[in-house]
Amino acid sequence: MSGQAVLEVRDLRLWYGTARGSVRAVDGVSLEIDAGDTLGLVGESGCGKTTLGRGILGLLPEGARADGEVLYKGRNLVTMSPRELRRLRGPELGLIFQEPMTRLNPLLRIEDHFRETLEQHESKLTDAEVRRRSLDTLGRMGIPPTRFRQYPHEFSGGMRQRIMIALALVLRPSLLVADEPTTSLDVIVEAQILRILADLKANFDTALLLITHNLGIVAEACDRVAVMYAGQIAEEGPARDVFGEPMHPYTRELLRSTISLDTTELHSIPGAPPNLIDPPSGCHFHPRCPDVMQVCPVRDPVETAPEPERRVLCWLHGPEREIPPGGTARLEREEIAVAEEA
Amino acid sequence: MSANGEALVSVRGLKTYYSIRGTFFDRLIGRTGAAVRAVDDVSLELRKGEVLGLVGESGSGKTTLGRTLLGLVPATEGEVVFEDRDITKLHERELRDMRRRMQMVFQDPHASLNPAMTIAQAVGHPLEIHGLVRDKAVARARVAEALERVGLIPAEQFMDKYPSDLSGGQKQRAVIARAIILNPVLLVADEPVSMLDMSVRAKILELMLSLKNDFDLTYLYITHDLATAKFFCDRIAIMYLGRVVEIGPSEAIYDDPKHPYTQALLRAIPEPDPRRTVPRDLPRGEVPDAARPPLGCSFHPRCPRAFEVCGWESRDLKELLERRWAGMEEAGYEAERAAVGPVEPLDEPVTHAELPARGGEVRGILERARESDPAEPFWTGVRRIAETNGHVEVDWYEPVEPRLLPTGSVEVECHLYDEEALAEAGRRRSGIPE
Repeated sequence: MSGQAVLEVRDLRLWYGTARGSVRAVDGVSLEIDAGDTLGLVGESGCGKTTLGRGILGLLPEGARADGEVLYKGRNLVTMSPRELRRLRGPELGLIFQEPMTRLNPLLRIEDHFRETLEQHESKLTDAEVRRRSLDTLGRMGIPPTRFRQYPHEFSGGMRQRIMIALALVLRPSLLVADEPTTSLDVIVEAQILRILADLKANFDTALLLITHNLGIVAEACDRVAVMYAGQIAEEGPARDVFGEPMHPYTRELLRSTISLDTTELHSIPGAPPNLIDPPSGCHFHPRCPDVMQVCPVRDPVETAPEPERRVLCWLHGPEREIPPGGTARLEREEIAVAEEA
Repeated sequence: MSANGEALVSVRGLKTYYSIRGTFFDRLIGRTGAAVRAVDDVSLELRKGEVLGLVGESGSGKTTLGRTLLGLVPATEGEVVFEDRDITKLHERELRDMRRRMQMVFQDPHASLNPAMTIAQAVGHPLEIHGLVRDKAVARARVAEALERVGLIPAEQFMDKYPSDLSGGQKQRAVIARAIILNPVLLVADEPVSMLDMSVRAKILELMLSLKNDFDLTYLYITHDLATAKFFCDRIAIMYLGRVVEIGPSEAIYDDPKHPYTQALLRAIPEPDPRRTVPRDLPRGEVPDAARPPLGCSFHPRCPRAFEVCGWESRDLKELLERRWAGMEEAGYEAERAAVGPVEPLDEPVTHAELPARGGEVRGILERARESDPAEPFWTGVRRIAETNGHVEVDWYEPVEPRLLPTGSVEVECHLYDEEALAEAGRRRSGIPE
């Protein structure tokens, strides 16, 4: 860990207009990733994880708006021209998608994918250098050089995902965003890919943002974790501490509802994440929160840092001076019917 | 739970092969194409009132086995006896009657519901198909009852909605309502929760457990997820490449997994336990092509504990060389590849291979490969490496087919637990002729 922040996101807001109103998919998010570090971003579907990942790379759909700062090595990507941004994508900023099948061109050999990628960004490379760089990166991913001239359909799902990772890494980006990179893969192959991602820091010193809904993956592969709910970071800190002793009730409930080998009793969070056009007042999680207090629906929570390296967005952790008198009294929660479940 | 040992479904020697069509010319001369052995000689019993988990990776044949059980896919060989009748021999009409007693819940709730049908139409459709209820009001009442039973309350609020108005969890509830409306005895659930968010999975599993108790159902729960299976199932069958490699009570499988594949699956599950890190000793590679399964035990190319009898062969040498080259600098790789020549001829399911000798160079490569990783199980299977007439000949021991044998409270198909196979391996190791 070099301690040098490659990425600093400051109060980022991303929203897009729909017929029913504007969707605030990312609502005031701040986070940092150091070189060689892996930050896991978790939350249920519909919490804004993917929008945040894309937004950081400036890959939002048309009509989306951004506000705030995304500082990559000190340069603000939000205000950068599309042309400059395009030049950074690839050699500086990489993205690994969820479905490797749909991202490789079925008509091009693996060799051609690499040639195209390298020629686009490093046009001065000779053919021999292109080949050496490609084979070296593929080799680190466990793809044998004998298969360099094959087509995507000749590879298994896990191999294709390794090729996608190699394609992103061959340009040696400093920041990589991986959006559910193992979701469609089997458990053993998933573990193989996670091991490759965990080895990134040793091999490439890449800062990695790993987006997933699987808490187990974060616990095993990430240094830090950010738990996202309704467009905001509910809690952030070292993965070990956050999972060992969650501070936000949402984190705690997510962990409890995860079915693992140690599960002896089923548990679930009632209700579903809110729509982001008109989220609940105050703390967005209050309608589903088992610990809800009088203050929660009436005042927006304030971020606090109860311990060094950790921060949380929940009134349970104060600050006390901002809570009105009687605010910490319990609030009886209404029953949430199946009609509102996810 | 209520499993009392009496069999509801008995599967014996079941094979389901899909033929891969050859070329037009192949058909013209009457040559039949290759076959994918999706289910390859499976025997098991589904006991009344139990939840049997069928666990495996994609390509293991678990979905095909579930479908063959319901007669949705024709069996190639063997029998499936349900209520004293072999459903593989039934005609479509007889099968249709049987299907009132056995229903299926699919993985993708979005694809399981017709987007043009309201929830009431979809859930009531089985009543219509089987001609059970003629009166519309009665049918609607039955639908409402089923919807309320699966937690879609008040039913009136859901009946006239379309699938697109429902969340994933609600859709899966509607699919389950449709499955139970005919009062079946058997429910085959193929990954019913894997498309759902973590926070919803528990709710659907809870619903399925309560339905099981209320309606005396028997479940075949097909999944790749060992964690939900552990919680949900009384017994577990682990499938790999069309075969059941381990089967037994859940506690036994999880507390003391016998087959190296089961052990690997359990180790690979990411656990939300901050003390764990990514496991390093994972099996290499992926599930191989079921049209060309490995010789002997199908798992041997990936197995960390494979030995002399497991079925080592020419294709394993190809993979060994490729793995070696993937970790080498370009110059070293180019030199070795030029010496060995094309590796494609090695891609055959045989126990004999020939490589060019190149004045001892190729033999040297093999020796270096062995020295760099002497613990690699592949080398246990090599019977002989010899140089003759400008060729390096490599011979492997003949494969021994694994058998599903009782071991403790489970049955496992692995040579490590087969006395005869172990004895044969011992003979081979000490050079005693077969």
